Amino acid sequence: MRGITEPLAGNCSIKHRAASGPEFVARPSQLKRPRVQIYLPIADIPVNIFLILAMGAAVGFVSGMFGIGGGFLMTPLLIFIGITPAVAVASVASHIAASSFSGAIAYWRRRAIDPTLATVLLTGGTCGTALGVLTFTYLRSLGQLDLMIALSYVVLLTTVGAAMLYEGFRAILRTRRGVLPSRRTHNWVHALPLKMRFKRSKIYLSVIPVVAIGILIGFIGAIMGIGGGFILVPVLIYLLRVPTSTVIGTSMVLTLVTMVFATVMHAVTNHLVDAVLALILMVGGVAGAQFGARAGQKIRGEQLRLLLGLLILAVGIRFAVELVIRPEELFTIRETGASL
Amino acid sequence: MTVRALLAAALLAALASPAARAERLIVSVSNHRVTVTPNYSGEELVLFGSIEKDASTPASRNSYDLAVTVSGPRADMVARRKERRFGIWINRDSRQFLQVPTYLALFANRPFDDIASADVARRQQLGLNNVLLTQRVGPDYADVVPNDAFRSAFVRLQKARGLYREDTSALTFLTPTLFRAGIPLPAHVPIGTYDVEIRLFAGGALVTKTDSAFEIVKVGFEQFVATSARQNGLIYGLVTAAMALMTGWMASIVFRKD
Repeated sequence: MRGITEPLAGNCSIKHRAASGPEFVARPSQLKRPRVQIYLPIADIPVNIFLILAMGAAVGFVSGMFGIGGGFLMTPLLIFIGITPAVAVASVASHIAASSFSGAIAYWRRRAIDPTLATVLLTGGTCGTALGVLTFTYLRSLGQLDLMIALSYVVLLTTVGAAMLYEGFRAILRTRRGVLPSRRTHNWVHALPLKMRFKRSKIYLSVIPVVAIGILIGFIGAIMGIGGGFILVPVLIYLLRVPTSTVIGTSMVLTLVTMVFATVMHAVTNHLVDAVLALILMVGGVAGAQFGARAGQKIRGEQLRLLLGLLILAVGIRFAVELVIRPEELFTIRETGASL
Repeated sequence: MTVRALLAAALLAALASPAARAERLIVSVSNHRVTVTPNYSGEELVLFGSIEKDASTPASRNSYDLAVTVSGPRADMVARRKERRFGIWINRDSRQFLQVPTYLALFANRPFDDIASADVARRQQLGLNNVLLTQRVGPDYADVVPNDAFRSAFVRLQKARGLYREDTSALTFLTPTLFRAGIPLPAHVPIGTYDVEIRLFAGGALVTKTDSAFEIVKVGFEQFVATSARQNGLIYGLVTAAMALMTGWMASIVFRKD
């Protein structure tokens, strides 16, 4: 197995997650030709089943290559093909749950998951998810959900993308000069109280930052339709000094549980989870991930990181442009109450 | 003038004893229960009928006009308008439309302006500009002028989705008293009961009217999914989550390398 996150396990370089943007955006449109329409019951639009499968496979490929869930690519892609942001976010949650589950199984078999750390993260994660879904519902009733989703993507993806690019360039320069990155062993996090021992990770750490990170990831995951691995993994490594042997497996457990929880919560509160859409994405995704994982092993870690940074930045900029240009249609309508 | 007088007399007679009405409308739709299957790509329902005259019909009255209103199940809707704020486009103003039809089709044999005067058209709600679309305006409920920005945007968007339509040539007379009209139903028509109201005009005034109805039912897997998502959110969510876990687990078996 070990499909989804294979490459990372090998070379320990974490922050990767990108794909060559143009190539994978072009793919779906080329596949538009066969007329195999399927009606998405919740999204309420007919789509080409092969287009969705291809999108699932493309994102799966990228996620396999970089060892990420791929939510931050899947959700925007769905929005760009005309699925409403609300349905896209809610449906992608279950897609991420599927891919992170197959990943988590593999890491579990290798004993690369720290159960204690995962449990503490999850206490925060489930609260964060619940909070996120409630905020999502509230924003939707205000009519500001789409805006907030877009804004969150702009802010998160441009900063993370830019930081990765910067880091990526620095890493490449470092390797050229032959300097090894120096690592401080302690930071302010280690001064916090309520410390406990995380055996498998061999760290002794306050639970406060761990729970806080869980809440944050759960919250943004529920609102943005992302697993949050691409933020979580760097944070766990650089802030909490979680060793690379357990970091991905453990973060995957958090992603898995928060996304399963988000799926159920979104289904209960907003009735927006499109199971048909999610299933097609999953099937495409898990298959694509296998090929992505193989491709990822052939590329160097630094280059992978640069590519991922570029991709993340590109998606963020795409959202920013969308917000700034004048929309063709200024009005939108939505049904708020059922018929009597 | 004489026509008007006669008409008034006829109407009075009609009020006095329903059996003595001058004209009667007999209508039917081709299908009272439209089943929308997953591969349904929109079809047309046919409304046909005839105008029955009886002995009391004034002999001079030969030309009729018909206006057909098909309205789907009602729902509350909200329309929002984006405005530029801090350089980005944000939803600012919104209006709530209360219990408006989710599907509305207005048909006639000729333009509504020719059928009746502006006053009658307004009272009879002929044409999309005259249909009552109640908005919540502060604490009040009222319809607004047809050129109101939100109202016209609402009608425009519904028209673009094929859910609102106005066609003053869709109704055709096969003979002077026999007529038919096609009611187009796009693939995404809301499910529920649709009321069909047929009104007969002569000389610019309403002569008689009749009603019919049909039902839109959606069947198939997609509809089952949509219904369960709305009615059993928790079970639906749990099943979807279980499906995700199954898919992930299957993938881990299928692609297992060791």
